[in-house]
Amino acid sequence: MTNGWIDIKNTDMMLVMGGNPAENHPCGFKWAVEAKRTRNAKLIVVDPRFTRTAAVADLFVQIRAGADIAFLGGMINYALANNRINKEYLVNYTNAAFVVKEGFKLPEDGLYSGFDPEKQTYDKSTWNYEEGGDLTGKAAAGATMMAAAMHAPAPPAKVAPPAAKSAAAAAAAKPGTPPPPPMLPPNVAYDLSLEHPRCVYQLLKKQYSRYTPEMVERITGVPKDQFLKAADLFTSVRKDGDTKKVATIIYAVGWTQHSYGTQIIRTAAMLQLLMGNIGRAGGGMNALRGHSNIQGATDLAGIFDILPGYLKVPVPTDKDFETYINRITPKAAKPKEWDSFNYWSNTPKFAVSLLKAMYGDAATKENGWAFHYLPKVDRRYSFADIWDDMYKGKVKGMFAFGMNGVAIGPNSKKNIEALKKAEWLVVCEVFPDETSEFWMSPGITAEDQKKINTTVYRLPGAGFAEKDGTWVNSARWLQWKNAAVPPPGDAKLDQEILARIFLKIRELYQKEGGKFPDAILKATWSYTNPNNPSLAEVAKEINGKAIADVTDEKTQTTIKAGQQLPGFAFLRDDGSTSSGNWLYCGSWTEAGPLMQRRGTEDPSGLGVYPNWGWSWPMNRRVMYNRASCDVSGKPWDPSRKQVWWNESAGKWVGNDVPDFKPDSNPKDHMGPFIMNPEGVGRLFVPLGAVADGPFPEHYEPFESPVPNPLHPNQSTNPIVKKFKTAMDKYGTPADGFNIVCTTYRLTEHYHYWTKNNPMNVQLVPEPFVEIPEELAREKGISGGDKVKVTSARAEYVAKAMVTKRIKPMQIDGKTTYQIGIPIHWGYRGIAEDEGKTAKDLANELSPSVIDPNAHTPEFKGFLVRLEKA
Amino acid sequence: MSDRRTLQTEQISGHPGPVAGMGTQRDFEVCKLIDTTTCIGCKACEVACVEWNDMPFQPTTFDNTYQTMPETNWNYWNLIKFREHVRDDGTLMWLMRKDQCMHCADPGCLAACPADGAIVKYANGIVDFQQENCIGCEFCISGCPFNIPRFNPATKKVYKCTLCSDRVGQGLEPACIKSCPTGCLHFGTKEDMKLLAESRAKQLRDVSGFKDAGVYDPESVGGTHVIYVLHDANNPELYGGLPKNPTIPFAYKAWKSIFKPLGLIAATLGFVGVVFHYVFEGPKREQPEVPPRNPEAPAGRREA
Repeated sequence: MTNGWIDIKNTDMMLVMGGNPAENHPCGFKWAVEAKRTRNAKLIVVDPRFTRTAAVADLFVQIRAGADIAFLGGMINYALANNRINKEYLVNYTNAAFVVKEGFKLPEDGLYSGFDPEKQTYDKSTWNYEEGGDLTGKAAAGATMMAAAMHAPAPPAKVAPPAAKSAAAAAAAKPGTPPPPPMLPPNVAYDLSLEHPRCVYQLLKKQYSRYTPEMVERITGVPKDQFLKAADLFTSVRKDGDTKKVATIIYAVGWTQHSYGTQIIRTAAMLQLLMGNIGRAGGGMNALRGHSNIQGATDLAGIFDILPGYLKVPVPTDKDFETYINRITPKAAKPKEWDSFNYWSNTPKFAVSLLKAMYGDAATKENGWAFHYLPKVDRRYSFADIWDDMYKGKVKGMFAFGMNGVAIGPNSKKNIEALKKAEWLVVCEVFPDETSEFWMSPGITAEDQKKINTTVYRLPGAGFAEKDGTWVNSARWLQWKNAAVPPPGDAKLDQEILARIFLKIRELYQKEGGKFPDAILKATWSYTNPNNPSLAEVAKEINGKAIADVTDEKTQTTIKAGQQLPGFAFLRDDGSTSSGNWLYCGSWTEAGPLMQRRGTEDPSGLGVYPNWGWSWPMNRRVMYNRASCDVSGKPWDPSRKQVWWNESAGKWVGNDVPDFKPDSNPKDHMGPFIMNPEGVGRLFVPLGAVADGPFPEHYEPFESPVPNPLHPNQSTNPIVKKFKTAMDKYGTPADGFNIVCTTYRLTEHYHYWTKNNPMNVQLVPEPFVEIPEELAREKGISGGDKVKVTSARAEYVAKAMVTKRIKPMQIDGKTTYQIGIPIHWGYRGIAEDEGKTAKDLANELSPSVIDPNAHTPEFKGFLVRLEKA
Repeated sequence: MSDRRTLQTEQISGHPGPVAGMGTQRDFEVCKLIDTTTCIGCKACEVACVEWNDMPFQPTTFDNTYQTMPETNWNYWNLIKFREHVRDDGTLMWLMRKDQCMHCADPGCLAACPADGAIVKYANGIVDFQQENCIGCEFCISGCPFNIPRFNPATKKVYKCTLCSDRVGQGLEPACIKSCPTGCLHFGTKEDMKLLAESRAKQLRDVSGFKDAGVYDPESVGGTHVIYVLHDANNPELYGGLPKNPTIPFAYKAWKSIFKPLGLIAATLGFVGVVFHYVFEGPKREQPEVPPRNPEAPAGRREA
């Protein structure tokens, strides 16, 4: 979230799309209800189903799963055509005025400039700004400009600071020949009148002028009048030039889990930039995290292409630290009139401090901070790729901690096949799960079992209430929890299990040597109890400390060697500091564990709670909050003051921590989006930081009921990543797969766990499939009947829930049905073990197709057949 | 009004930490407010009820609905009823109403109950079953206009929601209120809850376009200590069968309001008659002996 849960109460307008917070985040959803009750805020829900969230919405619109970009693109078109934008914000805080390179082509035919059909990649050299400075008035005479101009970086797609994304581009090159790092022109050309035919604003207008209400209806199935009603209501906060009101967009994996998921989120972020809603209380792009610590897992690099703190992962061409750091540190780029903070220019300080935290004294200036110890990532190692590699016999074993990989899918049967080929599997869990018992999955006979040689080690893990430590919530808050009870029996804490495995491996390297022992032998492990490190010690290590005395020039504050650092401003690139994650620097200082604070004061009444827990970065509760003020530094809405420029003090002050250079006078026109090298929000993403296009374009789901009405010859995402094994089958309407299927969770259950808890089982005892009444009638299905859902990959049997909450839709003139499957069941659990339910996994149906940016599989909107079982 | 705050809990003997329920009214009529327009059917209240009251789990079956089971049960006192409803303009509503004992001011169950002390109504409005006095006659079930009390064949007693009289007695809110994540449930004095409910209903009418929004607090049972905000107060039946005009069956009303007084009058008149009979007719005189009517059963043998 750019904002936070409590901040939702400050909004005037909510668009919930690609998420169902009442179902999946009921506690956080209270703030949406609060906004309705106390501010008369409106709630718009756009979803393939009438959901629990829709039940309390002011307007519900049923959309076809996977048609989100078309809907949001239509909203952008509507906002532009009806002047429902904040022009001052647009010109000064986004790259609307920037001029794009000659030769850049919009995807009228579904392809941007530079497509290589053979390799299915783009040459992104035209995806950049033009060099040239002020062109205002040169394209069209006489335009006067807004006050001053600033630039902002990429819209905050997933809360991660942008910039962590373009490693993939360089990854393809061969070792030894580092490609020149992609660069922005240092002096970008711009036209403040926004009239230059190649300025971002004009290209944006052109791109989304194709998304007419009629086209939106053809693609999404949303009747024109309903679409216009939703577009009018959402953009009404900018009606008649109003800049006080604010709207928020709330989403979850209903947007992420598509073969163009990143681009859906970007489309929404662009709409928010156009309307000037980013950085403001009650605004923002708010990703709801589906597990209690997903945000923390991401921050600490639970993903293959980043290091902690969203530093880019090294690739084989990074032959030494210098090459690496030059590649990943962005250079400021701006027209002369703009100032840019370019906070990522501090990347060397973050990276050196990380290496010092990892390797301590073994990381020296002379050896490039032990950069050569880090693995170099040569290709994709995403979740679906790991399974694919195991299926192909390349991955021999797997540690499965805190996840049930077989049930998660996609294409679960392929994952089961892959595990059959593995040599070993280690599962740390609380319950016996589908992954650790893959060899007993339905369809495997006693004969088959004899042929499976995988050795499975099952480790008894501790449950969440048995561990202390932090959870990082969707609002980026680090919140400490205490253990409620000790783990039962032989169950062990995760850190003890991992520590003991690590120490054993290190012992083996010590005794027997190995190909490259140093990376293991030299790693720091300075915990009081090496066999079971306390998480408080780990948290302090992540925050970081001074190795030598460090002095801040401006304030003349000195942090003595050995002391905890007060914040990332103290990080150094000379080896005098260490920090396991720069973003968390400031969370456990000499003042103590800020993440453990429980202060309930909220002086501003905006729900900031500055003394509750600790929020990255540096306790800022709303990111990019400089944008909550106009160009002169005054809040857009004085009744929701977050930060503002104090002229007499010569600095930014406020109810929240300013997310900005504190002494930057508004007259200097520094861009509020300080994490982008151009300082402004990116309506157009340069440099291929998003792999499938600088603007989002509607593509069909990989399995789609219709050809893309925009460009039937380029129906799906041209650079979508799919897999090619015998088990990766894809269905088409021609094969009889003509029903759109989506998957989701229920509030009564938590993933694949609670089927082991009698209370949850009592609430919803059995798997079911939600089916529109009309389709049920057509197929002779009544509520409670057993039905069989078939995709190109598998069959799934469950009971039918016949409902009015999903209606048939007209997609490009063709009657299309959608069905929905809650995912929570499998072959181990209370009802399963009693033989009361069918033992299929919902994700046996879903396809292995992944988004080219975030590598998330397309769990939503694939094709199936349906019949009475 | 001046003494409203005189019966608050301020200190509790031997109690560590903050005083639970400090500031909660204990001497006035209490009330639970259920705002169906902000209910998301998350069932946290169902879970809280089962757990607080330590009730055993029961197997359920999928029944073409999100609703946990068709009706409340002796071990399941709090049930959200889910209904899909198409409005006249064709738009869909998914109505969710938390169903439980309404704690009527004029309780039909109590009127129907013949067992001494089995049903108690407290001054604060809570209607509570005392199972140790329950004779299992199930009259309360037929006396309830909301179809709430449930018989447990194993114990031969009847059970229902207690409005957490054990918690409320200690100044705490009921368990369901405590668990509600959206704030659709509120608890306080009847007066406060009525005001809150009316203001929410007004907001729904003025801002959200529900022109028939209103408060459900049926007069026909003297008002209830569980009240609802409904989008459509004219049609409470839509919300999983909430009766528009709940009434206690005539027989039970008559039992205590007509037959019981009549019986008392009859008994009094009978006694008066006996007195008059004695005064005017004198004491009973000895009658001549009459032989037994059944010759096969001689008096002597019967005595054996």
